[in-house]
Amino acid sequence: MNALAACKPRTRNEMAARVARDIPEGWFVNLGIGAPLQVADHVPAEREVVFHSENGVLGMGPVPEPDRINRWLINAGKQYVTLRSGGSYMHHADSFALIRGGHLDLCVLGAFQVAENGDLANWSTSENDSAPAVGGAMDLAAGARQVWVLMDHQTKSGESRLVRRCTYPLTALGVVKRIYTNLAVLDVTPEGFAVREIVEGLTLDTLQEVTSAPLRMLD
Amino acid sequence: MINKIVQSMAQAMADIRDGAVVLLGGFGSIGQPNALIDGLIEQGAKDLTVVSNNAGVGRAGLARLLELGRVCKIICSYPRTVDPVVFEGLYRAGKIELEIVPQGTMAERLRAAGAGIPAFFTPTGVGTKLAAGKEQREIAGRKCLLEEALAGDVALVEAWEADRWGNLTYRSSARNFNPVMATAAKLTIAQAQHIVDLGALDPEKIATPGIYVDRVLHVPYGEPTVT
Repeated sequence: MNALAACKPRTRNEMAARVARDIPEGWFVNLGIGAPLQVADHVPAEREVVFHSENGVLGMGPVPEPDRINRWLINAGKQYVTLRSGGSYMHHADSFALIRGGHLDLCVLGAFQVAENGDLANWSTSENDSAPAVGGAMDLAAGARQVWVLMDHQTKSGESRLVRRCTYPLTALGVVKRIYTNLAVLDVTPEGFAVREIVEGLTLDTLQEVTSAPLRMLD
Repeated sequence: MINKIVQSMAQAMADIRDGAVVLLGGFGSIGQPNALIDGLIEQGAKDLTVVSNNAGVGRAGLARLLELGRVCKIICSYPRTVDPVVFEGLYRAGKIELEIVPQGTMAERLRAAGAGIPAFFTPTGVGTKLAAGKEQREIAGRKCLLEEALAGDVALVEAWEADRWGNLTYRSSARNFNPVMATAAKLTIAQAQHIVDLGALDPEKIATPGIYVDRVLHVPYGEPTVT
């Protein structure tokens, strides 16, 4: 970790804000449970981005004030949310038809590992998981037009989450297009990981030291 | 006169047999037919296969049905919840079979059952361990898995309003799996917060036409809590 001493890694909140900057007006976006849900908080209300929740909500708005909760309105993370003007409800088969049918511009997911060929592992950390829970991850990964991943660059024990080949059970093959970590923003290209941006105080060489797949700067 | 409204839980639960495949609506605790699940616990049917997005929370409702040993198999997408204590105990002890299905594939398998489509191809799950044992075919340049329809003997659903023909409306995200499951079972039983006169429901707002519904029980329980 000494290699990283000189830089200031992004916090979860800063990572979410960084993702939000890249989402243009007019996109239909699904945010995975966990850290990706925070991305919505960083899209200003005047930039019209339509958020979808897999449980049949299109046009999801922010968390309600405590005295204005609709107890029938939750997101995929089972938190109370609101519906923006123009929002709509649909049943589960339609909600996933929208996903599978390629109508979402973007899905932002958390992950355990992403491989240099775009393979995604984000639902289970063991072949012998006691009771693996996939939820909508495989549908979203296979169905959205673009998949971006928001995750820490390394595991808590310092292993790279960007890898040559995933060792955890896969969610989908070759789907990840971009990764936002606490250290960098990277594209997945036919030639592997290409670095778009590195946090201040960190060099490409140092980023490479903590990444187990080869990196190059984006042309 | 068509009248699908039943007056008691015993009438609602009549004829649910041992070994039945039971579809349970809801996503987490929202839109979950809790009163009907309690009725099923009381009714006594066993060796059930349950299809539900989640596998029960705490020790009430679906978790209670599991704990009583009445379910031999659960088909779901996300067995992990804030407190899946009963399910995890049974699963680790090898006392319940688990079929994990991607959530959208589960919804579409149910839809297919209701729509008379025996199976369909989908790219979801290709290259993952959930593809094991499934026929794979490349269609229009994309690898796909063959998924079979998932039909129920019984569906238990929660609605907001109902009339005596069994027309149903839902409230906000409590719609979720309910309209899909209502189409996919031989016997569909709905609990509804409000019973209204025939003709009172705006036809534009009916999400489940009564053709799919066999019995309606009035259960005005108020507001759900998130678990």
